[in-house]
Order: sequence, then C-alpha cells, then structure tokens
Amino acid sequence: MATIRREVIIDRPADDVWAVVGDVANTYRWFPGMVSSDVEGDVRTVVTAAGVTLPEQIVTVDPILRRFQYRVTAPIITGHLGTIDVFDLGDGRSRVAYGTDCEPAAMALMIGGAAGSALQELRRQLESTPEPAPTGDA
Amino acid sequence: MGRKILFVTTDQQRYDTLGCNGGLVGRTPVVDRLAAEGIRYERAVPQSVVCMPSRSTMLTGQHPSTHGVWMNGVPLPVDAPSVAAELQRSGYRTALVGKAHFEPFMDAFGRFTENMLARSGEETKQNPWADGTVGPHRGFEHLEFATHGAAGSLHYAQWLLLNHPEAMGMYYSAIDGNFEVNAAGDGATGAPQVHDNPIPRDWYHTDWVADRTISWLDSLDADDDWFCWMSFPDPHHPWDPPASEMGRVDWREVPLPAGYPTDRAERERILDDKPRHWRLWYDGTLVANYEAPKQWVPATLTDDQVREVNARNAVEVELIDEALGRVLAAIDAKGWGDDVDVIFTTDHGELQGDFGLLFKGPYHVDGLMRLPLVWRPARSSGVAPAVVSRPVGLVDLAPTFATIAGLEPTPWMQGSPLPTDEADAEARGFDKVLTEWDSELFGVAVHVRTITRPGWVCSAYRPGAAHDGTEGELYDLVHDPLQQRNLWDDPAHAATKADLLADLWDSQPPPHQPRLAVEAPV
Repeated sequence: MATIRREVIIDRPADDVWAVVGDVANTYRWFPGMVSSDVEGDVRTVVTAAGVTLPEQIVTVDPILRRFQYRVTAPIITGHLGTIDVFDLGDGRSRVAYGTDCEPAAMALMIGGAAGSALQELRRQLESTPEPAPTGDA
Repeated sequence: MGRKILFVTTDQQRYDTLGCNGGLVGRTPVVDRLAAEGIRYERAVPQSVVCMPSRSTMLTGQHPSTHGVWMNGVPLPVDAPSVAAELQRSGYRTALVGKAHFEPFMDAFGRFTENMLARSGEETKQNPWADGTVGPHRGFEHLEFATHGAAGSLHYAQWLLLNHPEAMGMYYSAIDGNFEVNAAGDGATGAPQVHDNPIPRDWYHTDWVADRTISWLDSLDADDDWFCWMSFPDPHHPWDPPASEMGRVDWREVPLPAGYPTDRAERERILDDKPRHWRLWYDGTLVANYEAPKQWVPATLTDDQVREVNARNAVEVELIDEALGRVLAAIDAKGWGDDVDVIFTTDHGELQGDFGLLFKGPYHVDGLMRLPLVWRPARSSGVAPAVVSRPVGLVDLAPTFATIAGLEPTPWMQGSPLPTDEADAEARGFDKVLTEWDSELFGVAVHVRTITRPGWVCSAYRPGAAHDGTEGELYDLVHDPLQQRNLWDDPAHAATKADLLADLWDSQPPPHQPRLAVEAPV
C-alpha cells in the first residue's frame, strides 16, 4: 500500500490544535477543497469541491493520544487509512503528522497532497487566532 | 501598435517529426514555411523532460529548481513569476487556449485554479502576481483548457459532453482503473496507448484548440496587441487520432527510427552501457516515474508496434500543422499578417522507439531533449531567415516574448532572448543549456543534472534508488548522434567530462525555498 506523510509544526499548544483536529465534523473548515464533512455515528461523509462524495469510516478519535484515524470506503479506493496525530513539543508548540496509506497508489498522492495543503491551512488559521488570555488562576 | 505574439506549443513532440528538421513520415508544410521565413533552431533543449516543470519554465523563464516545480504533480505557485503577467501589465491582451498544466489535472478535491475555472466557466480569476499585484490568473485574461481526450473536467471535456456526449467514450482512457497510466492498447499491433478513435475530426481536441483560438482572436480589436499561447495536447500519447485520418500514413510503410536498434542483443548492449535504471526499466524491474505505464515492459516492444506508434504520431502532427494553418489564415484575415511573431515549439520529446523504449522518463537523450523550435519574427521586424545550431533553451522563451513586446527582460528571468542567427548566438554566448530531473515516487528517487554544450551532452546522477552518485552519461553529439556510446568511463574523454561537470555544477540555478510538495500524480 502506498504511504504518504505530511507534517507541520504549529505555534500553538497541542490541546488547542487537537480541539480543532478532533472536531471531525468540522474538518471542512480547515481542509481546502472539502465542502462538507458530516458525521453520523461512526460514518463521516465528505463532499469535495470537485463534486466527489467520499464516505468514510471513523476508526479512532482518541483525545488522550490526540489521534484521529479514518478509512475512505468509496469503491474506487481498495484500501485506505488516514491518520492525524498531534504531538506536544513541550514548548507551547505542536507537531501535526497526517499519514495517508492508500491503494491505488495514485490516490495516495491525491489525498496526501490535499492533506499537506490542509496542514498548512490549519497552521495558518490557528496561528492567526489570538491565544486565549491568561485566566490568572495559576 | 506593436508586434503580436502567437506562441504555439505541442506536447511531447520530437525534433525529427517536422519536415524542416528532416522528418519524412508526417507532412508539416505550415511549420516548414514558418521555418523557411524565420529562424530554425537545431539544438533547442528543455529544462525538464516532463510537462509541468517544462511548461512552468516557459511561463516563468526560470529553471525548475528555481520556479520550484521539480516534478509532475507539484503545482506552480499561483503567484509565481509569469511573462504573461508582464505582457498584460504592459497593455497586451493575453490568452492561453489548450493545455496549460501548471497545476495538476488529478484533483479530487477541486483545489487548483485551472480545474476551478473550467468548472465555473469564468474566463479567468483574479490572483496575486509575483510582485503582489492582483491580476488575472498568471496574467492570462482568457483561459480555456484541454488535455488528452475527454477525461477530467477541463473546458474541452465539458464542451464535448454538452455538444457531443456520444463521443465521450470514443477516446482512449489514458488512465486505468487504478489511476495509473494505462498500459493497454489496441490498433493493429496492441502497442500501449494506441487506440482506434471513431471521433469525427472536427470534434477532436486539436481542431477545438484552433477553433477556440480563432474565436478569441476574433473578439479582439484590430489595434490590440496580444499574446496568445495556443497549446495543443498532441502528439503526446494516447495515440488515438480520428479514425478518418488514419489513411494519411500507412503504418506498415513507416521506416523504423534510426534510434531503434532492430537487433535485440544490440539494443540491450547499448542499454547496458548506460546507468542501470535504463535497463531496469526496459526489463520492467524499475519504473521510476508516473508518466510511463507501470504495467508495460519495454522489452516486449515489437518492430510493428514502433511503426504504428510513429505512424499515429505523424497523423497527429499533421493535424496540428493544418490547425495552425487555419489560425494563421484567420490572423491574415484580420489584417495582422505582417505584425505577428509566431513561435512554435513543444515542452519535451518522446522516445518513440529509441533504444526500444516509448514515453519518457529520466533519460536525457535527443528523443526527449532535442526539440522542434521555430521562430518566425513578424515580417515588419525585418529579421532575416536563419538557422541556429548553438544550444538554446525553453528558458529563453520568456525573455524573447518580453523583447518582442519592447520590454526589458525582468531580473527573475534566467534565460536570454533567443538569438536571431548563428553569429548572434556566438556573440551573446549561447554555449550551454541545463536540464534537470528529480523524481521521488513511493520510495524510488532519481536525480539527474545535465549540461548540453556544442557537440556534447553530459549527465550526472545524484544518489537515488538505482544510483550511488558515481554514474553518468557523456555523449559526443557529432560522432554519435544517436547517443549509443556512453563515454562516461572512457579515459580518452576524461578531460572533456571533467570540464563539462565543472561547468554543470558551477552553473546550477538557485533553488526554490521552501521545496514545494508533490500534490498529485500529474
């Protein structure tokens, strides 16, 4: 199975990043070319700007590990696992890795390529959002 | 009123397919006449032998390392430098009709502007240019796209679907069910990417590109200056010209190309003299790039398949020539005949049987690297006909367009305006051209850097899937025009090799930062 991995470092704490990544019904808000991402149970249905509907099986939404995994189940894709991991770098920043394992291989490039631009957009949105003001509770 | 520019490109066309370059299979009287009236270049070299990087070089006037499109599937940044933007800024009307391919075709998420425009039906989109100006996409006021056949969502496919839906299935499917380049073929010989296409000629994409170009030109005022890039998708495979035209060339009568050794042992000896990825591909062991069908083994290629591919290619070349003739007649009818510069070229070549291979890949030899290039300056410019044998590059096109329009080439352009004759070429130091290849596909990497100088071509391989960084190719273009004897390890040519390599590494263009990502197969 073809495998692609894209990564980005975001100048925001891991919990802030996971709050966006883990909200899997709203992925379309930061994924260029994704028009909608509706969730019903463990099924997510993505519609793209090219008019393609991609049914997906949600595999993992783990807020402790900060991992989201899903499988595209469209018939033209014979095997797929998408994995988004948010890692805490310990200095107020996060590393986000988006893995795409896919068959046919050419689809891995298409999905992985889109995932790469999605990570750039995720960083842009998060880093352009002001950090929450300190609460003074410490 | 200044000089107008008709920039004509084809896709994957060999130097020797034009009559003016010695081609004997297809007839190309229109381009031959342009060559007789203008300047014919005998050693025009691309900066990449695949579409997206090479086309990006034409537009930006930069080498692939610098514009950043290092392999197919890497989109040219929307705000990359563009000679079309410079021309539009100076008052030129600008259009691109046909195959652009600065952005990937395969676009399941509909992210790329070329695909978006075809879906929306808008003529262009306002986007940022390199200097921050906001203007039409890459400087083109009018964009209408086509590619090979009816696949995808580009303008031609939509036109065909709307007007002739019954023709959608007539074309060969260039991509198979696994989204790989299709290895199947029918025709008479079963050669890959060969197909009998029943589509009527006037529905075929070559005539559509000419029709849409004429339509755009007709929309202009008589005193407009304009730059029109007319970009034919042929003769790139699939080789499926309209069946009605197949009688032009009888494939059984087509001579085998000089670069195709008919003796298998001789063919394999020549391949074994080259870096090992050549033979690995031939044997079907290593397919380094997406552009070659993964399921096809070149060692199975037959003499008749080579003949049929060359015959069909020649038919497609003839159709392009005739379509160009129609456009030139329309230009004359508008009264612009004396004020139009016509530049005809292609993005890269095609192996077309050389060494027993088809298609393209990391193989820097004449089949892929020696391109047709003809510049017929506007008659009003008074430039005399000439032949230039010194090497020039597609990187020289953008500054040529700027100069025709009376503009200074911009600092970001890395080439020079094309020489108008051999003396001009010598005086201005046209003594080398660079070509590069980088591909990284599912763990298989190939990296090549090449220099072409008068009489010589030298390629050095950086470490990759099949190379340790010591391999290379050195060919004497005068005594070995078919590049069948690799002199890389010949002690008698060590000094020549050292000189070429020193020049090659000293001349490398600055890299784009950051390195751009591959976002689709093609």
